[in-house]
Formats: sequence, structure tokens, C-alpha cells
Amino acid sequence: MIQLDHITWKTGDRVILADVTIAIPANTYAVLMGSTGCGKTTLLEILCGLRSPTSGRVLLDGVDVTDLEPRARGIGYVPQDLALFPGLRVREQIGFAPKLRGVPPEELNQRVNRLAEQFGIAPLLDRLPDLLSGGEKQRVALARALAAQPKLLLLDEPLSALDESMRAEAVSLLQRVQSEHSLTVLHVTHSSSEAAALGHLHLRMNGGQLEVETKA
Amino acid sequence: MTFNRSNLCWLALGLITAGYLLFWALLLGATATYSTPESWLQVLMSPEIRHATWLSLVTCSLAAGFALLLAVPVGYLMSRREFCGKSWLDAALDIPIILPPLVVGLCLLIFFQTRIGKAIEMAIPFTYQLSGVVLAQFVVAAAFAIRTMRGTFQHLSARPEDVALTLCCTRFQALWHVALPAARRGMVAAFCIAWARSLGEFGPILVFAGATRMKTEVLPTTVWLELSVGNLEAAVAVSLFMVALAVLVLVAVRATGEKV
Repeated sequence: MIQLDHITWKTGDRVILADVTIAIPANTYAVLMGSTGCGKTTLLEILCGLRSPTSGRVLLDGVDVTDLEPRARGIGYVPQDLALFPGLRVREQIGFAPKLRGVPPEELNQRVNRLAEQFGIAPLLDRLPDLLSGGEKQRVALARALAAQPKLLLLDEPLSALDESMRAEAVSLLQRVQSEHSLTVLHVTHSSSEAAALGHLHLRMNGGQLEVETKA
Repeated sequence: MTFNRSNLCWLALGLITAGYLLFWALLLGATATYSTPESWLQVLMSPEIRHATWLSLVTCSLAAGFALLLAVPVGYLMSRREFCGKSWLDAALDIPIILPPLVVGLCLLIFFQTRIGKAIEMAIPFTYQLSGVVLAQFVVAAAFAIRTMRGTFQHLSARPEDVALTLCCTRFQALWHVALPAARRGMVAAFCIAWARSLGEFGPILVFAGATRMKTEVLPTTVWLELSVGNLEAAVAVSLFMVALAVLVLVAVRATGEKV
């Protein structure tokens, strides 16, 4: 479960997040919408520990993680630009976190191959990011995040670079991933159709406040 | 092709560029035709020049290597972190670039006469030693390497490093596993620029390490030594050799920029 407890974030005199309080139950696919620059990405960065809130607390499964480093939070993060590591092959991208955790090579290979199969990127394992299409990059970024076996997945407009046909396919992939890995997902999007297809819980950021919308 | 105002502008800019290149071509041409290739070869094969060449290659490589080791962490810090007094530190890092070279040498010489400097020299002697040549080259070359690495990291998105932090990485591991592989072109360029700068270093070496033949004599010192005894042919031969080395470094920088 994700709990944001009176989170405020200011830059200079400007308040981006104003006393945000919300609880997202475990295994929920939450969709966050809002206008550009309203603080959606800032909220994700505070959740995964890349940014410290001006005030307030972040709790994951009841544990206060506000002062924990990003690596200690068990959160997978897929940013809007996907941020694949330049110069690392797809195999190395997916195996990045398990390798750092000291997973034995045999188990590491199995995990990488399993995820590659699941995401349909097995033939791409030896490719560099520059040689991947937008859809392939998005799958690699998701597989890389899931290889760390997170409990919570934060997605920042992950489908924005995909065309309409690929988007439908990606939506079903995300649904499958969330249920198969029993994940709590917070997905930022501008697309109402994407939100309608994916979200169990619909959130809207407005004037620094977070509101829960009732699903139509 | 219609000859409009825009074309006239490009033509004028092209003429300015061509004029500048022509000026350099004339300078190098005049120097190259001053003596014959046979006499260049004769000069370059003399034991003193060969020793100075070897010494230049070794000291420049060491200085550039040390400069890169310093430039990577400093460049990363300056490009990724905002802190109080950053603009002052930024300016301070460029001081070796704007200081007159002789002043750099004088500063080094005076520093190693202080108590701290003498304590350092108890462990590693620098003044009028080979290590002093490397230090004098390093002091100036490092500033150029830092500037290059800072620019390199500024052009790289910090986002992959942020993602790495969520994937079990410490900040140091994110630098090592993500930022450095991405910055490899910049690292090669920083090394080459530091190397080329070290090759041309003269003032600080002369003041701090001296110009002792077969000991602290590097190629720029050779040019000065040969000029001071009126041996213009030898000075020209060594100068042209240095030009050739500089061109090789430029080509290497261009090639690595495209291929690494």
C-alpha cells in the first residue's frame, strides 16, 4: 500500500504539491492524470526517493520510507523518456539490478530470459538501445524495472511515444504485468482512454492537490 | 543560383574562414620550407632530441591520465549537483587556463618552498625533477580536462542515473555503471585535449622543473634550448615534429568523437 501523508513540495515561492494525502491499496492499478507541469512527475520522484518532499511522509506498506534512499524502497520506475542505459545491451539492461544484488550468473540468466520471453524481446537481448524501436524500448524499460522484483511500479507516461496500434498492445501488456506480478502500479498519463482501460483507481492532480475521481 | 543577400553573407563568412586558414597554412609552410627533410631527420635522430621526444610522450601521457582521473569526479560534481558557491568554484577551476604559464610555474616553485611543500618533497621530490615536469603539465592540463568532462556530463541526461538509483545502485555505482560508459567519448576527448595541452606546455616546466638536457628536457624545452644557442634548424625540426603530433591528436579526437 502507498500512503502519502501531507506531502508538500515547493520550489522557491511556488507550491507544486500542496498537502497531498492519499492511500493507494496494494495490487491496485492507479492512474494519475493532470495538466502538464502540475506536479505529476514530481510526485513520482518523491515516491521513489529521487526528490525529498518539503514536508510530509511517504509510507510503503505502513513503513515510513521518506528518508530512505531510492534503492532501499523496492520501487520500479519507468520515466517518460524510458532512460535506457546508453552502451548497455538489452541483456545487461534487464540484468542490471539483479547483478548488482549479487544474484548468481545462472539465476541471473534465467531471470533475464524469463522476462525477455514474457515481454517478447528475447530476439533483442544482444541489441543496444539505439537499435530498438519505441515499442521495444518501452518493453525493455519495463522488463528492467521488473527484474528488480519491485512491489510498486511507477510509470511516467510510458506509452506517450507509441503510435495508436502499439498503444493498445502495450495497454494489454501492462494489465497482464500488473496481475502476473501482483504489483501496485501508479501510472501517469494524459490519455483518457488509456486511463479508462487500465485504472482501478483514478486520480487527478489539480492546483497541487490530488483528487480521487469516481470511475465513469 | 541567385546571388541574394544571404549568399553574400555566406560568401563573406567563407572568405574570413579561408583567410584565417590561409594565414596558418602560410605560417606552417614557411616553417616547413626553412630547411630540408634530411636535416630534420638528422636533428630528430640525435640522442638529446630522441630522449626529449620519449620524455614528452611519457610525461604527457601521465599528466593526461592524472588529469582525466581528476576531471571525471570534478566534472560530474559540477554538472550534476547544485550547491552554494558553485559559480565561484566554477570560475576557480578555470584559473589555470587564464593564468600566464610562467606564473603557474612560479606558484609551483614557491609552494614547494613552504612547509607543506617541503613535507611533500620528502616523499616525492618534484622541484627540478622529472616528476615536476608531469606536475607542471598536469596543473594546466587538468583545467582543460575538467572543462571537457563537465561539458560531457552536462550534455548527458541524468535520467538514466536516476533510474539506476531505483535499481539498487548507490550514487557511486550509478556513476560507475551508467554515467561513465555513456561518457566514454568525452573521456577520450578530455584525455586527448589534456595530452595535447601538456605537449605544448613550456613556461611552468621551465620555471619549476628546469631545462636540463637528458633529464627534464621535453620537446618545447628543446625548441627553446636550440633557439637560445642559435640552432634554428633544430628548433624548426622539433617544432614541425610537434605540429605533426598535435595534428595526430586532433585527428584522434575527431575519430573518437565519431566512433567511440
